[in-house]
Amino acid sequence: MSEPAIVVRRLSKRFGQTEVLHDIDLDVAPGEATCVIGPSGSGKSTLLRCMAFLEEANSGTIDVYGKPLGFTEEASGKRTRLPAARIREVRSQIGMVFQQFNLWPHMTALGNVSEALKTARRLSSAESEERAMAQLRKIGLENRAGHYPTQLSGGQQQRVAIARALALEPKIMLFDEATASLDPELTGEVLNVMRALADDGMTMVIVTHEIGFAASIGKKIVFLDKGRVLIASPPQEVFRKPRHPRIDQFLDTYLDRGAAMLI
Amino acid sequence: MRFDYALVASKIPEIFHALGVTLFVWIVGLVGATMLGFLVAVARRFGPRWLDLALGAYVELFRGTPFLIQLFLLYFGGPYVGLSLDPIPAGLLGLSVYGAAYFSEIFRAGFEAVPSGHVEAGECVGLTRAQIVRRILLPEMTMLVFPACVNMAVVLLKETAVMSVITVPELTLTISAIGTEFYAFVESLFLLALFYWGLVEICGWLGRLAEARLSRFRFAAA
Repeated sequence: MSEPAIVVRRLSKRFGQTEVLHDIDLDVAPGEATCVIGPSGSGKSTLLRCMAFLEEANSGTIDVYGKPLGFTEEASGKRTRLPAARIREVRSQIGMVFQQFNLWPHMTALGNVSEALKTARRLSSAESEERAMAQLRKIGLENRAGHYPTQLSGGQQQRVAIARALALEPKIMLFDEATASLDPELTGEVLNVMRALADDGMTMVIVTHEIGFAASIGKKIVFLDKGRVLIASPPQEVFRKPRHPRIDQFLDTYLDRGAAMLI
Repeated sequence: MRFDYALVASKIPEIFHALGVTLFVWIVGLVGATMLGFLVAVARRFGPRWLDLALGAYVELFRGTPFLIQLFLLYFGGPYVGLSLDPIPAGLLGLSVYGAAYFSEIFRAGFEAVPSGHVEAGECVGLTRAQIVRRILLPEMTMLVFPACVNMAVVLLKETAVMSVITVPELTLTISAIGTEFYAFVESLFLLALFYWGLVEICGWLGRLAEARLSRFRFAAA
């Protein structure tokens, strides 16, 4: 088996007194989609944000293609924070997509996608914009290149945000509830872009409430509950009956909510 | 009303000079207050805790006392601590330090109003901290605080009138002196009010023009 893209070991994260992640062990295989599901407050987003180094874990390690992200930890438990440049270097292999898109409002779609190529990667303006344009073309938004975020629909904004991350040619893409703030009509266009990425063999970690999507796209489903990994298996195993009682309960609340909406 | 227009006409050059002085102390003081206020806001946000506390005390002190008293203390009290300034430099320094206390609070609120996700997005695409400040925080903050800054500029314009008490030859000192000379107090004060009002309107109009340009990407039609 090839080397995992991300290796999480004994990762714990506290916010004040609350332990949000508890001793998480997880391998993310390269070239496939890993979907993280679980009830609200189970720590899904926090885990993903730790992988993007937007949150700093209190203990444990994350390795990205064999290189430590943010911290090294000795056997004694002594943690050393790596210098900013090394953190950026490891992070540069990771692209992140947020629930709230987080496009920069003072830049056009093209500006958003080309910014890091120019500023962080130090490419010329012409080359940055050419590459950015190629990304926008890929997601079918080249005719929106000159639009500012407020002039785009939510789905278009999220696609631009995906293009912004892809422009830097990351090896891994993280999606933090990328469709949760979109209405159902716009959800589809974003899921299609994600599906195309998965078909291309992109390594992805997807936190989502779209259980059906997770089941169809994920090679591995990770079920988090109260900050612990309850199950990390292929979807057939996770969703096949007899199911783990906690998963049954989780799926029931989904059906309940669906039914409640119909009444 | 007995009003000798020939005498008034003889004062016109003096009035124009005073108008020039008012514009000068206002614009230089405004630039000083903006820059100093910005530095204070940046130092409070990114600097060590003790600096934040010290600057917080400065802001409270200068917002909590009248400009009139600050200027008196600076001009008449300054020499006791070895700070002897001419009226105009004292006025400029006073206005800058006074205005900066307000501006720093405007900028602080501006920094806080930029969604943290926009900064995180910058971190995720590999921008350094300095690049995030320069390319994301500053432009977004500028957009957010611009209306409040125009408002503050108007307030500072009217505060320049206070400089008359330390004999800066600006509009208020000059026109009220003319009023005294001609025993035309009401007329001169009325004229003075018109001058300030006119300047404030021009300032507001320029502010709206600039704001429309700044926010064109926010509200422009698709």
